[in-house]
Amino acid sequence: MQATIVEAINDAMHEEMGNDDRTLVFGEDVAESGGVFRATEGLQDEFGGERVLDTPLSEIGIVGAAIGLATYGFRPIAEIQFSGFLPPAFDQLVTNASRIRWRTRGELTAPMTVRTPYGAGVRALEHHSESLEAAYAHVPGLKVAVPSTPHDAKGMLISAVRDPDPVLFMEPKHVYRSFRGEVPEGTYTEPLGKAAVRAEGEDVTVVAWGAMMHKTREAVDALDDVDVELIDLRSISPLDRETVVESVKKTGRCVVVHEAPKTGGFAGELIATINDEALMYLEAPVERVTGFDVPVPLLAMEDFYIPQPPRIEEAIRETVTY
Amino acid sequence: MTEDLRPLTAGSVDADVETLSQADIDIGVHRILEPDGTYDRAAIPDLSDDALCDLYRWMVLQRVVDERATKLQRRGRLGTYASGRGQEASIVGSGFAIDDADRVFPYGREAGTLLIHGLSLRDLLLYWRGIEDASKMEGTNAFGVAISIGSHIPVAAGTAWGMKLNGDDAIAFANLGDGATSTGAFHEGINFAGVIDAPAVFFTQNNQYAISLSFDGQTAADTVAQKALGYGLDAIRVDGNDVLAVYEAVTAARERALAGDPVLVEAVTYRRAAHTTSDDPNRYRDEEEVEDWAQRDPLERYREFLKSEGLYEDIDEDEVRDEVDEMFDEAVDAADDFAEREVSEIFEYLHAETPPELHRQLEEFEELLERRPDMYDYIEQRPKG
Ligand SMILES: Cc1ncc(C[n+]2csc(CCOP(=O)(O)OP(=O)(O)O)c2C)c(N)n1
Repeated sequence: MQATIVEAINDAMHEEMGNDDRTLVFGEDVAESGGVFRATEGLQDEFGGERVLDTPLSEIGIVGAAIGLATYGFRPIAEIQFSGFLPPAFDQLVTNASRIRWRTRGELTAPMTVRTPYGAGVRALEHHSESLEAAYAHVPGLKVAVPSTPHDAKGMLISAVRDPDPVLFMEPKHVYRSFRGEVPEGTYTEPLGKAAVRAEGEDVTVVAWGAMMHKTREAVDALDDVDVELIDLRSISPLDRETVVESVKKTGRCVVVHEAPKTGGFAGELIATINDEALMYLEAPVERVTGFDVPVPLLAMEDFYIPQPPRIEEAIRETVTY
Repeated sequence: MTEDLRPLTAGSVDADVETLSQADIDIGVHRILEPDGTYDRAAIPDLSDDALCDLYRWMVLQRVVDERATKLQRRGRLGTYASGRGQEASIVGSGFAIDDADRVFPYGREAGTLLIHGLSLRDLLLYWRGIEDASKMEGTNAFGVAISIGSHIPVAAGTAWGMKLNGDDAIAFANLGDGATSTGAFHEGINFAGVIDAPAVFFTQNNQYAISLSFDGQTAADTVAQKALGYGLDAIRVDGNDVLAVYEAVTAARERALAGDPVLVEAVTYRRAAHTTSDDPNRYRDEEEVEDWAQRDPLERYREFLKSEGLYEDIDEDEVRDEVDEMFDEAVDAADDFAEREVSEIFEYLHAETPPELHRQLEEFEELLERRPDMYDYIEQRPKG
């Protein structure tokens, strides 16, 4: 079937709740109204109020309760309405979720998924646009997944729910509904920790994820004289070093695109990885196209903050002609 | 011996253990104007006739601004907007009771409070257009809008602490919704305020919903007021559709706060419009309920009071509306005229002294914009959601 990302996410939850009755879905406005982005639409009708619940306005409670449920044998899928409201619950992710297996020497585990829309470009209010994946990826024990297509959104979400450890599932809300893609019916999984090569090419490796995948694709399409190898990272943590490194060894050039601020952003980690494993193959410094080191501006100026295709094009060109 | 550390049986108790529950506390609602229009003249707060009429004018202003801003949003000329329809008595009654020297901590639905305390209508519109300059809250003594729900509550406690240290004759006045009272920040903030005897008033508009969640899903507590009692704060529960009662409750709370006893005021009211312009309330509440609360309209109730007092003759309702409309038109023009945005402003104000790396990012970006003027077209043509 053809579906948008948000429909694919909805479908994944329908599948997994049907497959495993230990799966619960909860968060603010998810049950009765189906979520502010309609990601959980229809779940309460199908699976009832015991398994699909509206919670109080309580991010610490939502994530903390997910940990309690998960360590007690359930498979919670918790929604944080916007990733900008995750920071209060960061404490629970760091203090409990990410380290519970390690702390108890495998005695307790937290197989939980925290879903949250992230990123700019939907003309929302302050705190609704941030993209802090690097901060979460910095927490040992926490997996961070960022799908960019409807197909992956469904398959990766099912993987996240089945994962024996906590997964932060960051959904690119900017492209939630902007296009449809083929999504297989029924249950299937896409692995976490595995990048996808979206286009094979010889001239330069371009790495992006989430909403930036689409801006990057636009830029690449405009550069018809450059043969780009386009990698969708898909998982920030664990990182698929091999796919990136092998590609850079082949092309000798690399551009990383992300929406998050530059300093301390995940591009830095990728560049360090390339330096570690493919330095001698490089024919140009690795470029990064990122957001700026500022909070995402309010909606009047947010489009200037977001790396737009012309900026990405320029970086690719500079790298190729270096 | 180690084995002996385990209890052999889990016994049952056979004793009278008293369990306290919320039902043991009787929390009344402070009210002056009954919904049926009756009132006790002796209970009317001591306000001049002009002030009594002003309360009405401000409520009309709140209502007209909400109506017009909602329309403006529908025409794509605001990003989003949170209407206070139905909550005018809470917004205006509280705004009227506090002093310009008090520091207001807004959360977004209380335009009237901010306008009473000096915010221009133009800046209100600029705020909802997503223009940072409006967050200066020029002309007011207000903190920025707390979009992250509850995040401002501990900050209000800290400011109140500072006011006390300074010996100021002022309070911190935090506006919040019932949803906010579920956040950790609320609990830490009011507990802290209680311990440091902060001159703070936590004004909760319990409008029965937090987006789609009704109050009974928000908390197992019967009232928000009880939460304050749990932390040793004093509380007042007031009919939030009765502007005189709200005014009086907040005035009393303010006085107590100035004396070092922080107070939580719970105004019981109802949000008649959508949560924001991006919400569809038909998904989670029925028309009947909305109709029922429309019967308790704060403007109508107060209008009846003014009529009985012979004061309504001094108010020309159409003229008040026309005036607000005119102000609104002017504010829209002024907002439209607001200077062209410059990309440099993205980089400004983050630090007292902009660090070299940020200068570098700005320079690179400006160079790019020169090289690729199609950036502007791209941004211009992007579909606006
Ligand atoms: C920390 C946080 N979580 C979630 C949200 C999303 N959100 C915005 S307003 C809102 C409901 C707020 O309800 P309440 O505090 O009762 O105020 P009301 O909107 O009813 O006036 C929610 C959940 C947010 N802004 N901040």
